[in-house]
Amino acid sequence: MSSVAITSKVSPLDALQRWLPKLVLAPTMLIVLVGFYGYILWTFLLSFTSSRFMPSYKWVGLQQYQRLMDNDRWWVASKNLMLFGGLFISISLILGVLLAVLLDQRIRREGFIRTIFLYPMAISMIVTGTAWKWLLNPGLGLDKLLRDWGWEGVRFDWLVDTDRVVYCLVIAAVWQASGFVMALFLAGLRGVDQSIIRAAQVDGASLPNIYLRIVLPSLGPVFFSAVMILSHIAIKSFDLVASMTAGGPGYSSDLPAMFMYAHTFTRGQMGLGAASAILMLGAVLAILVPYLYSELRGKRHD
Amino acid sequence: MIKQNKLSFSRLAIYATLLAACAVYLVPLIVMLLTSFKTPEDIRSGNLLSWPDVITAIGWVKAWDSLGGFFWNSVKITVPAVLISTLLGALNGYVLAMWRFKGSQLFFGLLLFGCFLPFQVVLLPASFTLGKLGLANTTSGLVLVHLVYGIAFTTLFFRNYYVSVPDALVRAARLDGAGFFTIFGRILLPMSVPIIMVCLIWQFTQIWNDFLFGVVFASGDTQPITVALNNLVNTSTGTKEYNVDMAAAMIAGLPTLVVYVLAGKYFLRGLTAGAVKG
Amino acid sequence: MATLELRKVHKSYGSGLADTLKNIELKIDSGEFLILVGPSGCGKSTLMNCIAGLESISGGEILVEGADISGMSPKDRDIAMVFQSYALYPTMSVRDNIAFGLKMRKMAPEAIDEEVARVARLLQIEHLLKRKPGQLSGGQQQRVAMGRALARRPKIYLFDEPLSNLDAKLRVEMRTEIKLMHQRLKTTTVYVTHDQIEAMTLGDKVAVMKEGIIQQFGTPQQIYNDPANLFVASFIGSPPMNFIPVKLEPAGNQLFAPLCSGEKAELSCALPLAAMAEGVEGREVILGVRPEQIQTTAGTPGLVPIAAEVEIIEPTGPDTLVFVTLNQTKVCCRMSPDDAPRVGQVIELQLDPEKIMLFDANSGERLRPLSATTAQSASNVTRLRSL
Repeated sequence: MSSVAITSKVSPLDALQRWLPKLVLAPTMLIVLVGFYGYILWTFLLSFTSSRFMPSYKWVGLQQYQRLMDNDRWWVASKNLMLFGGLFISISLILGVLLAVLLDQRIRREGFIRTIFLYPMAISMIVTGTAWKWLLNPGLGLDKLLRDWGWEGVRFDWLVDTDRVVYCLVIAAVWQASGFVMALFLAGLRGVDQSIIRAAQVDGASLPNIYLRIVLPSLGPVFFSAVMILSHIAIKSFDLVASMTAGGPGYSSDLPAMFMYAHTFTRGQMGLGAASAILMLGAVLAILVPYLYSELRGKRHD
Repeated sequence: MIKQNKLSFSRLAIYATLLAACAVYLVPLIVMLLTSFKTPEDIRSGNLLSWPDVITAIGWVKAWDSLGGFFWNSVKITVPAVLISTLLGALNGYVLAMWRFKGSQLFFGLLLFGCFLPFQVVLLPASFTLGKLGLANTTSGLVLVHLVYGIAFTTLFFRNYYVSVPDALVRAARLDGAGFFTIFGRILLPMSVPIIMVCLIWQFTQIWNDFLFGVVFASGDTQPITVALNNLVNTSTGTKEYNVDMAAAMIAGLPTLVVYVLAGKYFLRGLTAGAVKG
Repeated sequence: MATLELRKVHKSYGSGLADTLKNIELKIDSGEFLILVGPSGCGKSTLMNCIAGLESISGGEILVEGADISGMSPKDRDIAMVFQSYALYPTMSVRDNIAFGLKMRKMAPEAIDEEVARVARLLQIEHLLKRKPGQLSGGQQQRVAMGRALARRPKIYLFDEPLSNLDAKLRVEMRTEIKLMHQRLKTTTVYVTHDQIEAMTLGDKVAVMKEGIIQQFGTPQQIYNDPANLFVASFIGSPPMNFIPVKLEPAGNQLFAPLCSGEKAELSCALPLAAMAEGVEGREVILGVRPEQIQTTAGTPGLVPIAAEVEIIEPTGPDTLVFVTLNQTKVCCRMSPDDAPRVGQVIELQLDPEKIMLFDANSGERLRPLSATTAQSASNVTRLRSL
């Protein structure tokens, strides 16, 4: 069905039929061209202007990017993203793989347990943030629970500790997304050719060895996808910060997404916000391009 | 799944680990529920996991009083946005899988990128456009935004589903005399029930849980529930009523949780389809 | 019922790409059964889709009953098709599958019921009408797919490798049934297959295709007995024709093809050949001979025998295949099990010069023996030259 017949001697109705696929796709094409790429270009343009509360098109060159580089808060946000992203991705991966491997051992009530691991993924990051903000509440949350349970000297006040507040974000984000990683890997494990495992068993390999040396290495693409998705969540994460810390204390838990929102919509620094958005896009592209490249190259022959 | 009969100790360890993990994953939900049924005094005197002295729904009543209107806003935004984006996605996927033309693959690649677009990069132009259209701060405006930025995923779902349908079906139907929409409506749509479920559930959770678009494009009475919840929880005025906060969070989270419990199979498939194939 | 004629049909997907179909010329009479056969990628399915109107042609004409249909949309061509994957609509019952095309043509409901009943009776699928395709076996699905095509009573049936998804036993059964159906209905049919047995057994006419070109078009017997080139010769026939490289040697008036099955002198011979056009002497050519055309010496007296050692024996039941080596090429001989030799035994074989074929080693074209008169004149020329 690759080519549409183009010949003379066609009735108007047939001609319409031939154009229908393109007509149907047209609104989406418009949306994609304008709403995706046009708007990216527009934001790109704005990042070279001095726009503040209102868009102005006074060209200032790279000045906004220069201001961004000189901005301490931006650097805090970027470093936080590295720290948050790195920890969030690695812990989610380790937990997710571990849970998936454990669940792959002919567990009774597997479906039920899986449901419990995955439910956080269904709820809003705002709800997650609200819940964990309460759990981590210094004085009333886990802090108090641990003391009530007999750990008298324990202080658990990371949420108001400028050096540790990022770890709170990591905890909440891992709670939300690790079940998803588990689901991805469990699906991957179920797809592994059972005869390979049997062959390894016949060869005398132990169970942990089979997983470490044979099964998990064959799940390379799943790792790739999981890292992709998780880093994408990390870069876009805005809801969690907004609801848990609002970037505080001070701006110690700021992330680029938060920075962008605050400068663009509340502090009247539209040009600066646009520049930060473009840098975020750059970060996503840096991860995405190799991924899409491999995906599309693989799909070209289908 | 690896067959293993001996080593009952390690079996025990596996079950113990899994149960402990279940407990950890469930704690936040349990804490939310417990707290939401407590009185503020009880919250101060007890701890996270202490049973309420008296079970009271006052937190839920208060939460609904302040969030009820926003809950309906979310419904008004979510329902049309989910339905329209799913329908459009189905049609797009049908064209991209069955009626390829020159450039359609390139277009699909362009669209695929939309699944990974960091929305920050389109927020400003989108808000200008909504202003020009007179849709700023309206639920209709949010429907439009969700439609535009949800279409990449819905199209991807259906396209990938229809790609695995043999195109001989379409050929056969064309020889039988069926046209573009007849083939779609009579042959493909009836066999798309699973992917329609996946798409509806995916879109529902995405749009219901959205915060970014809500906070940027809506204000005051038109805000969705996530924004209202965040405002409620993060106001610095007055004394904190954690029971109300938790009840409000439960109200905001319940619709998607219910859908997840009822149709978890499709939810999971949506996540993995969006992830692995995306 | 209709005649079908293709004139200079041409198809390419783009200017930079190789042509998918080149200058296709075919003509079959009303009620004839045409087979398009060839390896995968030869363009046979594309050609079929072009006839159906599912793909456009880049040039030429497709005539049904003398009228060009190449600009028409598929639904207006009055052609029905049976697909390799059957392409049954999975959500519809068997009845609805068969009725779908009739409904699309706005036939009256009573007429549809009648037609479905007729087709179901014809194919013996009446008890399946309420089922969904997923509940049917492969053979039953195959019948429904045929039923869907039969229901419309179209001018032409197209079959796109309809049996290739069936297991071997069912395939033979359905093959017979299709033949029976065609004999009864006498509808013009085009049938695509890569299976040369289907091509031989079903077709009134066979077109052998390769790389978008029709290599040969004729009756199955013509294709089998008189292949136009090496490709056709190798494609049709099972076990396939043997191809032995030989260097032709002239001796006097006669051309000889030296054959040897080993180092020793008694394992060599020079096979006398019918006269050929000039210029073949001393050239490397391919000698083609079908396994059943190799006889043991008990066969025809007077033919030059060649001794060869039996290397492998494959009994197939009705025949036994005996493999020997001639000119460093494995050669298969088909023998009656009663005459089958043992491995290691040296047997004497005869190749009938009347039956063997010669092909150009480079182009694969058939080198035909000259007819009696031209052979004479050709040899005269040769003699003059040698003077």
